[in-house]
Amino acid sequence: MKVLVPVKRVIDFNIKPRVKADGTGVETAGVKMSMNPFDEIAVEEAVRLKEKGIATEIVAVSIGVQQAQDTLRTALAMGADRAILVLTDVAVEPLGVAKVLKALVAKESPDLVILGKQAIDDDMNATGQMLAGLLGWAQGTFASKVEIADGRAVVTREIDGGLETVSLALPAIVTADLRLNEPRYASLPNIMKARKKPMETVAPGDLGVDVTPRLTIVSVAEPPARKAGVKVESAADLVARLRNEAKVI
Amino acid sequence: MTEHARETMEFDVVIVGGGPAGLAAAIRLRQLAPDATVCLIEKGSEIGAHILSGAVIEPRALAELLPDWRERGAPLNTPVSEEAMLYLTESRGYAVPMLDRVMPHMRNHGNYIVSLGDVCRWLAAQAEELGVEIYPGFAGAEILEEDGRVVGVATGDMGIGRDGQPGANYAPGMELRARYTLFAEGCRGSLTKRAMAMYNLRKGVDPQTYGLGIKELWEIPKDRHRPGLVQHSFGWPLDDRTYGGAWMYHFGENLVSYGFVVGLDYPNTWLSPFDEMQRLKLHPSFRGFFEGGRRIAYGARALSEGGLQSVPRLTFPGGALVGDAAGFLNVPKIKGTHTAMKSGMLAAEAVAEAMAAGKAEPASYTRRVRQSWLWQELREVRNIRPAFARFGMKGGALYSGIDAMLLRGRAPWTLHHRHADNEVLESATVSTPIAYPKPDGQITFDRLSSVFLSATNHEEDQPVHLKVRNPDLWKTVNWDVFRSPESRYCPAAVYEAVDTDTAPRLQINAQNCVHCKTCDIKDPAQNIDWVTPEGAGGPNYPGGM
Amino acid sequence: MTVLVLLDHEAGAIRQASRSAVTAALALGDVHALVTGDAAVAAAAARIPGIAQVLRATDAGSAHDLAEPLAALVASLAGEYSHIVAASGATAKNVLPRAAALLDVQPIPDVVSVVDAETFVRPIYAGSALATVRSSDAKKVLTVRASNFDPAPAEGGSAAVRDVTAPEAPAVSEFVSIERSKSERPELDSARVIVSGGRGMQNEENFKRLEPLADRLGAAIGASRAAVDAGFVPNDYQVGQTGKIVAPELYIAVGISGAIQHLAGMKDSKVIVAINKDPEAPIFQVADYGLVGDLFEVLPQLEAALDKAG
Repeated sequence: MKVLVPVKRVIDFNIKPRVKADGTGVETAGVKMSMNPFDEIAVEEAVRLKEKGIATEIVAVSIGVQQAQDTLRTALAMGADRAILVLTDVAVEPLGVAKVLKALVAKESPDLVILGKQAIDDDMNATGQMLAGLLGWAQGTFASKVEIADGRAVVTREIDGGLETVSLALPAIVTADLRLNEPRYASLPNIMKARKKPMETVAPGDLGVDVTPRLTIVSVAEPPARKAGVKVESAADLVARLRNEAKVI
Repeated sequence: MTEHARETMEFDVVIVGGGPAGLAAAIRLRQLAPDATVCLIEKGSEIGAHILSGAVIEPRALAELLPDWRERGAPLNTPVSEEAMLYLTESRGYAVPMLDRVMPHMRNHGNYIVSLGDVCRWLAAQAEELGVEIYPGFAGAEILEEDGRVVGVATGDMGIGRDGQPGANYAPGMELRARYTLFAEGCRGSLTKRAMAMYNLRKGVDPQTYGLGIKELWEIPKDRHRPGLVQHSFGWPLDDRTYGGAWMYHFGENLVSYGFVVGLDYPNTWLSPFDEMQRLKLHPSFRGFFEGGRRIAYGARALSEGGLQSVPRLTFPGGALVGDAAGFLNVPKIKGTHTAMKSGMLAAEAVAEAMAAGKAEPASYTRRVRQSWLWQELREVRNIRPAFARFGMKGGALYSGIDAMLLRGRAPWTLHHRHADNEVLESATVSTPIAYPKPDGQITFDRLSSVFLSATNHEEDQPVHLKVRNPDLWKTVNWDVFRSPESRYCPAAVYEAVDTDTAPRLQINAQNCVHCKTCDIKDPAQNIDWVTPEGAGGPNYPGGM
Repeated sequence: MTVLVLLDHEAGAIRQASRSAVTAALALGDVHALVTGDAAVAAAAARIPGIAQVLRATDAGSAHDLAEPLAALVASLAGEYSHIVAASGATAKNVLPRAAALLDVQPIPDVVSVVDAETFVRPIYAGSALATVRSSDAKKVLTVRASNFDPAPAEGGSAAVRDVTAPEAPAVSEFVSIERSKSERPELDSARVIVSGGRGMQNEENFKRLEPLADRLGAAIGASRAAVDAGFVPNDYQVGQTGKIVAPELYIAVGISGAIQHLAGMKDSKVIVAINKDPEAPIFQVADYGLVGDLFEVLPQLEAALDKAG
């Protein structure tokens, strides 16, 4: 079966983002970018499915600027077979991404789309669900375990206070949570080999998709700093305040 | 070595390190030998991630390498327009008059204030366009040698656990085999260090001496920003026996590069370069520029200060040393980028010639250096930094006294280089304690909040990359004699003396390391060996740094 | 304007977080509520003051809040509403974006503040920045952070209840099973309470002294980078920049000085308690409650005080 893995280029998770002085956004010029960590987990899961003989081809997709090629190369080095860059300078929102992916799904006919549950830049947590909605496919979000058998995907999902297991008819969408797996390194030999794997570039317009954002960013600000509270005298005093004042125990 | 088979790739030239020297060498090689396969590896997560410099750069070498650098959009955007050298007392600053004549090497006319990280990112793009294969995130961990010749390097294994055992994600390193290997690791490179030992490259030259540079990048209010302004200072807060000073450069969009360099031959064990750097910001000559601004990045890096006398033999069978790995920094000029690039270019020329002639050693590199403006320049200034050597002399004499009195000749190490920086530290009882002001959280900061702004990271589950050769020595030497100087000279709070009241021991917070290499240089007993951690670890300096 | 709020329930009661979403929705207009589950749940929803009408989904697919039928139901009901709101949580995050896609709307998750009917504030970059965004969509689909809105009271209202059913569609997914977290230690990133230890714990053995306190509070155990570096605990305990970002309701930092990495990893916690013998420790600058003292004396006292308070 064919697996499509959308990946996003984001500010590296080690970098503390800096709000621009003029409040128009977060500084990205000269900032180290990497693959969204949840997407790495998605790529890893796809590669493991291929290693198990379940997946036959893995197609990595990224939507963004030219440098998103680097992100795709990482996916190829991890084990994806080929890559598609949907080239655009617009910061595409999950709705637009889902529409682009829907168009690519029509072209590629994958049996499974697996992607990160959210991107660590806009923290939207929406693309997988939206793509599933547009396609009318089943969705297994926040997956911590995925098993493919008999034309279905059995997905264990992380929900509030526990784990839920659902069985999805294929084709389906799975979004990866942190505990699904620990992604492998893109090793140097594999990075070298990835340079020779095919990469195709298309524009959203080629796919007949309008990616105009629906949200306007009015401003971006740093969150207010936390202030020091009170010093308590004893353990008993602390417990009493947590109970009666803060009401957290 | 590991039992797992390592994959191998063959190149004509492998370059270790993606700084100005390595990148210039790569570019020159492809210009001279367009068919040669050139591979460059860099331990930082991306090109520029580990680059730290002031920086005011002289575009001389760049213009020789890429004459159309302006058209290609090189990020040299702020020409130096105004400069001052300040002598500081605690409350006043005096500008040195007639700077051009008193300190001619300091003249910055025609130079540019840049982010060297950005320059390297741009150089890397030029190199890739010329067909150089660049692989950031991979550290050169091992020199491959066959029949007395260097035949490449191996990258480090990935996914080794803290216990030294391969983990679930283990990926063995790769052998990058090459006819020629250039070490462009910068100051105190870990493979350079090994190559020097393997081929005895330091025989007959002075020991290298070093400085530690600590830098902050600030964004300041527009009305205080004077693009093109270059200021340097000496004097306060350092005493007469300590070499160093501060810089402040205004460039880009309201950016200010502020930093401080101290010679690592400082004798006072209580000295904390980090705290000196912090308190200097409070001096009236600088303070006003910081007020209302915000600090956006922080980092540190050691630099070579030995100059001409300390340059080792440059070539060995199968390769050469370039840039600050060889010690080509021009100290009085406070510049090393143009010399690093020039040395990389000259090495590339020698390698291209050796390759064509089928010779193992690119020996003409040494001659090319000696005939170039690089050598001429270093020669002219060669006596300036050593003029400060009397501090080292004094320190050395005191050290002998300490050795005789405290250690009674039972020192567990042997002194080969009498003036190496690690040998001049004075004992805690002899040194004068220094009281540093507490950070105010506005202009001055503590170490950890600073390290945070270096965006340094190391995969947590890996062996500590700061190897203490003999753990017992720490107590008897570092603690008993010097009261843990590493906890002060380390600008990243890697080293901490803990349980000092009961049973003092050394705590190593390896994750904080910003790869400055100071511990490898300054540890009194040379007991700390800095080895490359897993690739992509270390600081992530942003654009502008 | 009328707002539809999707309410989440547990053990027959409406979750407190959902009552916070009601508060947020009331700032936007009249409020109708959509609930899944039995009649008791619908009745509980009807008693929340401010809710004008309760819609109760009665079809089988809704029983386990499966995303596919529930999103289709929400989309089918959306016509009369200006906003569709839910508390940020696993159910809403699963369902609402799918419903938004069906409505051709870009959802706005994790709203912390409502500026006006089309402008909202939400955290991005794991809370490192707050973005104010304005939606040009005709309808707005949003989830709200419960901790930023006071919960509406559970009792006092009397709304009418109306049954609704999802549009017919082939079932593409099936519920298989659910496994509630056992009483053993919760995971760091989903725990309601975290007890975290630092270098002040001194060694691996002493670090275990946090366990009785964590047991009493049903808390996860975390650690500072310094404690991990010192080898007291494995690195998956680490809270902080390179480890995990956590935002529990209660974070108790024991023997943690408060290095910036650590603060960055936990500063979004609702209530922070710091216990440290050094009154100058930076952790006190972010703590709501600080207790200066020897942690080895304080810990048993805390346990005793908790036991006494029951």
